[in-house]
Amino acid sequence: MVNDNHTQKMMVRDLTFYYGPIQALSWISMEILECQVTALIGPSGCGKTTFLRCLNRMNDTIPDTRLEGEVLLDGEDIYSPGVDLVDLRQRVGMVFQRPNPFPQSVFDNVAFGPRVLGLTHGRSELEAVVEQSLRRATLWDEVKDHLSSDALELSLGEQQRLCIARVLAVEPEVILMDEPTSALDPIATLEIEELMRQLREQYTIVVVTHNMQQAARVSDKTGLFWLGELVEFDDTATIFTRPKEERTEAYITGRVG
Amino acid sequence: MSQHLRGEYDRQFAHIRDDLLRMGTLVDQSIVKALESLQKRDRPLAQRVIDEDEAINALRFKIEEACLALIATQQPTATDLRAVVAAMSIVIEMERMADHAAGIAKTVILMGDEPLLKPLIDIPRMVKLAREMLQGSLDAYVACNADEAREIANRDDEMDFLYQAVFEELLEIMASKPGSVQRATFLMWCAHNLERIGDRVTNIAERVIFVSTGDMRELNV
Ligand SMILES: Nc1ncnc2c1ncn2[C@@H]1O[C@H](COP(=O)(O)OP(=O)(O)O)[C@@H](O)[C@H]1O
Ligand SMILES: [Mg+2]
Repeated sequence: MVNDNHTQKMMVRDLTFYYGPIQALSWISMEILECQVTALIGPSGCGKTTFLRCLNRMNDTIPDTRLEGEVLLDGEDIYSPGVDLVDLRQRVGMVFQRPNPFPQSVFDNVAFGPRVLGLTHGRSELEAVVEQSLRRATLWDEVKDHLSSDALELSLGEQQRLCIARVLAVEPEVILMDEPTSALDPIATLEIEELMRQLREQYTIVVVTHNMQQAARVSDKTGLFWLGELVEFDDTATIFTRPKEERTEAYITGRVG
Repeated sequence: MSQHLRGEYDRQFAHIRDDLLRMGTLVDQSIVKALESLQKRDRPLAQRVIDEDEAINALRFKIEEACLALIATQQPTATDLRAVVAAMSIVIEMERMADHAAGIAKTVILMGDEPLLKPLIDIPRMVKLAREMLQGSLDAYVACNADEAREIANRDDEMDFLYQAVFEELLEIMASKPGSVQRATFLMWCAHNLERIGDRVTNIAERVIFVSTGDMRELNV
């Protein structure tokens, strides 16, 4: 948890979000630093997923929603007119709660993004990207001899790392993860956690987790959400040793929530 | 398998261990300088030993805080947990050792220009022993080796023996030479501080045994 000088990657200012008449987020401000893991914790239904999906405009597709405030990526508002959504989602990728590989080969799953976005030229370049992505997702050794097998034959933990490799293949800058280990057994969970630690050397990670021990283990910064508000946001070590807010203390010591 | 699943714990613990060893080096230097200031009657050097105690105190708090953060965030268990808890006790022992070194330095300042009552023989031996014991106890901690720790703790008998010798010799001088009491007392304080350093090392050795075996028995009682 060395706090060298990390530069700002994303900045959220006064973010408010409504599903129809229901306000799901109120005035959230948060600075997300480059090459750090930022964890979002809090009771379910408090707005963590909603917040995460605001960071790459995944909520745009939900009808009758409204957003106020700013979300900056490298200083540019991702909600300003003229922002290319394909480009945005390539730069800010998402890993979901349940592994969701396509019913295709391991290779084709990872090659999907580069193919669609036309990132590679020729087979050998594509193969190189697939291999590199699988290596970064610490999956290469397990699948290198079965690249053409069906991705759904992998264990759940491997499937989740495959989904991470799929995101890495399009060279993202920020990776959003929504409870990425909630469907996994404890060992597969620790494998994903260690992977996050390695990935943060190169990528900026924002992870939602309902497991606060996980937030403690993997993250540099932790934010506690509560009923659509960001109650406290600080260095993870500070949050877990001397939180400033009573609600944080109560939540992390298990006295409420 | 376990090795690559606990990378973060290992990284954070390595920082703590490095700081702890750095603190050990600072404490060792304080002991050396305290003796040198006594031998050379170098009051500015003695003052430096006293001033440098602050840095050692600060390092103690830094390490304690890092241990708390490690426990809160990485949830260590079993040997890992004992190693972190032991690190917290060890830095407290080392901080006190530095206080004992500063105690010798303070005596040097109090002595002013009074000549030494007698040549220093056993006190440098005690210093040599204290340094070996400190180094050995930290080596045993890093190696998590209970046998090494027991050997170090056993050397505290040598320390007690030397202290006893100094004590008796000084008592004799005091009894036979009226007017020597104050100067004898100065040396007694120095020897006493070193004897206490030996006890602190024994406490560290106990913590190492606790880390390695889970056994919390007191040594040398
Ligand atoms: N698509 C949706 N339509 C309407 N309400 C929603 C929708 N998604 C989430 N919500 C509501 O928004 C609030 C926050 O939900 P969510 O962001 O999923 O919380 P969390 O991820 O912390 O469990 C909840 O009250 C939830 O019912
Ligand atoms: Mg959610």
